[in-house]
Amino acid sequence: MATELPAGTPIGRRIVLGMLGLGTVGVVFGDAIQSRLERTLRPLTQNDPTGVSSFLPTAGRFRIYTVTGHLPERTTDEYRLTVDGLVDRPLSLSYDDLLDRPQTDLELDFQCVTGWRVADVPWTGVRLSALLDEAGVSDQATHLRIWSFDGAYTESLTLDQARRDDVIAAHRMQDGPVTREHGGPVRLYVGPMYGYKSLKWLERIEVVDALHEGYWEVRGYDVDAWVGRSNGRDDAPTS
Amino acid sequence: MIDRFGRATRALHWATAVCILTCALTGLVLYVGPLSAVVGRRNLVKDTHVIAGLAMPVPLVLAYAGRWRREIRGEFRRLARWTRADRRWLLSRGRDARDQVGKFNAGQKFNGAFMAGMIPIMLATGSMMRWFEPFPVEYRTGATFVHDWTAIATWIVVTGHILMGVSDRMALRGMVRGSVSRAWAAETHPLWAAEHPDPADPADPGHADPASVSEMEGTSP
Repeated sequence: MATELPAGTPIGRRIVLGMLGLGTVGVVFGDAIQSRLERTLRPLTQNDPTGVSSFLPTAGRFRIYTVTGHLPERTTDEYRLTVDGLVDRPLSLSYDDLLDRPQTDLELDFQCVTGWRVADVPWTGVRLSALLDEAGVSDQATHLRIWSFDGAYTESLTLDQARRDDVIAAHRMQDGPVTREHGGPVRLYVGPMYGYKSLKWLERIEVVDALHEGYWEVRGYDVDAWVGRSNGRDDAPTS
Repeated sequence: MIDRFGRATRALHWATAVCILTCALTGLVLYVGPLSAVVGRRNLVKDTHVIAGLAMPVPLVLAYAGRWRREIRGEFRRLARWTRADRRWLLSRGRDARDQVGKFNAGQKFNGAFMAGMIPIMLATGSMMRWFEPFPVEYRTGATFVHDWTAIATWIVVTGHILMGVSDRMALRGMVRGSVSRAWAAETHPLWAAEHPDPADPADPGHADPASVSEMEGTSP
């Protein structure tokens, strides 16, 4: 009785093998399927009043990461951005001070080192180079140490990287103010680098004379995080 | 009462359930932006997800390693084979062919097969996402794609499975304590109940249980 096979056909095995087959096809062709899905669904997902579609695993959705146990909050009224360290004139700018400075508009992709990418994101903000010039960077300075008001996250850039035209302190993204979950009211956007460089909840830019590795860099990510040329990845460059 | 599930089967079920639920909940936190933002502690959530995922097939392997192997194999054989009546039962969503349901109905058989397919898929694609260095970038994207959609399917199947379990207390009892009432077995799994004739009533192949009949006051004279 125990060794006798129960009646019926082995549908269970067919389901398992079918799933494994589909899974393999999905791994090999998933990239192409996903791009097509994303293009087909874009008219729907971009005008979806319910927001439900943003939870579907099509490409083109931001995923929200925080490293602390909370989502930091700071209103535009209380917001201050400090630029200090090896500078002639330390700055302490309010949100309105930032809006009063010359604005830079970018429309560039956001590429995460974990693989997802959001295409053609509109960004608006003030170039870091302008802020650095205003503060007057001293001759021995080489790097920036950048701090988030989440109390844990930090980033690093060389002065040359920070002075690029596509590196901004952004207060607008996706045609609206930068929301709290995206790092508002002001975040960094480092166009040519992986997303972990675009620090959220920007609080302080300290000009220093040595590399201080950022939060993820201490944990093994590349310091020079060029999209497609670091972290063992070969994504298309974003900028 | 009739014995429905042995200790090894129940241990395998609940150990796998703990791993799947842990992965489902931590995965949800990692995946849903606003939730991710509320919970934070991404490293801890991610590590928990990876450990629970790697642990998921371990109970299965152990189930096949020990003395209890025979018990587990017997259950898997019953789960894997579908009769014509099973297909009718499933297509009619449990209305037709109710008298031909064996130890597992077609829904349970589907659930079992889905889990058997889901675990290796999630293990493989999850590993590609976690240890991505050796893989070309389009395979990594493909792995994420498969992992995401399989996760959504798993959420649907597991939610259905849990709802079925908690809405039928005797079915749940079978998996928690191992035994079920004869009346329930005869009603929902008649072919299986017939394999366990009531020793107290050799004339009856498992249909009427004296204990359960006497519980229904007024139906017996």
